[in-house]
Amino acid sequence: MANYVELKHIYKKFGSFQASNDVDFSVEQGRLVGLLGPSGSGKTTILRMLAGLESPDSGDIFIGGRRVNDLSPGERGIGFVFQNYALFRHMTVFDNIAFGLTLQKRTKAQIADRVHELIELIGLKGFEGRYPGQLSGGQRQRVAFARALAPNPELLLLDEPFAAIDAKVRKELRQWLRETITRLGVTSIFVTHDQEEAVEVADDIIITNRGQIEQMGTPLEIYKAPQTPFVAQFIGESNRIDDYTVFKGFETAGEAAPGILRPEFIEIAADSSEILTPLAAERGVVHAVYFRGSNSQISVEVKGELLTGYRTLEKSQLKEGDEVLVLLHRVYAFREGQTHVVENRIKTAAESVII
Amino acid sequence: MVMENKALRYALIGVSVLFLTLMLILPLIVVVSEALAKGWHTYVAAITDPFAQKAMWLTFEATLTAVIANTVFGLAAAWTLTKFSFRGKNLLSSLIDLPFAISPVIAGLVFVMTFGRISYLHPFLQSQHLAIVFAAPGIILATIFVTFPFVAREIIPMMNAQGRDEEEAATTMGASAWTIFRRITLPNIKWGLLYGVILCTARAMGEFGAVSVVSGHIRGKTNTLPLHIEILYNEYNFTAAFAVASILVILAIVVLVLRNIVEWRTKREKEV
Repeated sequence: MANYVELKHIYKKFGSFQASNDVDFSVEQGRLVGLLGPSGSGKTTILRMLAGLESPDSGDIFIGGRRVNDLSPGERGIGFVFQNYALFRHMTVFDNIAFGLTLQKRTKAQIADRVHELIELIGLKGFEGRYPGQLSGGQRQRVAFARALAPNPELLLLDEPFAAIDAKVRKELRQWLRETITRLGVTSIFVTHDQEEAVEVADDIIITNRGQIEQMGTPLEIYKAPQTPFVAQFIGESNRIDDYTVFKGFETAGEAAPGILRPEFIEIAADSSEILTPLAAERGVVHAVYFRGSNSQISVEVKGELLTGYRTLEKSQLKEGDEVLVLLHRVYAFREGQTHVVENRIKTAAESVII
Repeated sequence: MVMENKALRYALIGVSVLFLTLMLILPLIVVVSEALAKGWHTYVAAITDPFAQKAMWLTFEATLTAVIANTVFGLAAAWTLTKFSFRGKNLLSSLIDLPFAISPVIAGLVFVMTFGRISYLHPFLQSQHLAIVFAAPGIILATIFVTFPFVAREIIPMMNAQGRDEEEAATTMGASAWTIFRRITLPNIKWGLLYGVILCTARAMGEFGAVSVVSGHIRGKTNTLPLHIEILYNEYNFTAAFAVASILVILAIVVLVLRNIVEWRTKREKEV
């Protein structure tokens, strides 16, 4: 499908702070894209430049095939949902949603129809006459969403849409937002610093770091094949190790290289009967055990490195000081700024023999 | 514990009431009783005196001009300071407070120096037949100077607290600057603005120091109400002085009532 949004070599500086450093990506029509990165990584700046609330120092922005650099925010055909909603506090829910429509000089009847349709969509029937101060966080968020959608934008931009809502409502609202956006088919870009949220809501994720795009792809792609050390470390939980080649099954003739081990790549066994390929396992000593409800998190020392892994409650309980077997299934290895997935060679060889 | 608190409460209330009675209510009673000491007839004569009427008119003129000028300036300054970031923003912000820090007498002197006989501007002003010092324009300028922080100071904290989000939201929907000001900014600050205007009015009506320096005390020409009162008082015409003063007192009470109404409305709006 055609690219609906394109950013070409965007640079933006605030004083001496490089907020965007050669940002370059495109979004297909109808996709729901999450901009994910730590705070200060430049994700909100990208969103605000798309909206026209900031302008890039150099580079081009295209929306729907039009270069929009010199267009005012109102001419870009966008809807923007602000982090703290920015609802007009002195206007009722109805007037808030109607605001964009009144600017388009539509008739009263048309406006009323559209507003009631949207109020239905966000499930706030009967709240038309309330003021923002009389609504809960989740309700305000939905009003902000309806207000942004009212003038039928072709691109919806959402800045940390769930940040100000309490945890329980947030989960519910995420699913609702995802379903609604998918149903309407409007191309949407949202900013978040919460990877769980990005993975759950987005079709595609763009990872930002220090004003640059680190990687773009589906949540699964990013999780399975992180392209840069930053992504490998940022996505999921991780143990960073200085040299992965010291571990059994990963020895190479090449130079030492750092890597990342996810907890789910590590199997911790009380004895050799618990693992299929004990030969591939390292010996380690349990350093600490934390009960986490559905499983235990175990910190184990192997060859001087402290690694974190999980163990189900079905297996025997381990305690501090226990000698254990630690099988490392795979690591993300970093060489020359690139990330590769390296499998445990002894384990793979042993499995092929068994089969 | 409860008893103790009660005792403390009554003690504090008592002290406050006593203080207010001594400092505010008693003087007000004196003003009114002195004004009426020689009967209604003298009172009416004092306030319908042509010089008193002229002073009233000049006070009204200066107050109205100052309030209009400072409302426009206050809105512009508050908008600039809260919705934009630029170099020298802090300097501008502190400059607004300058009239609070400077003695009004000095403010008056500044205008005499700037537009008076010793000024470099004087030959030009004279060639244009413009009289500023010792004339109504000087009085108006001095009043504006002394009262200009009131509106700005009242609305800047409000606009700061409200941030730019609502304006930005309106921008993304295509609203023009004027629409944003009229439909978003102004309704959000209206009560604060009104409060600032009321304070500004009260101060402008009563201004003495700065106006006294630039006025020259020409009866029937450059006397405002406070200056007129001073002259009457210096002539030992106490009844007339207090009669004219009572007009200012009445105006002050009107302003106080308005202020309370605005405060009450603001509070109610916040609760919604």
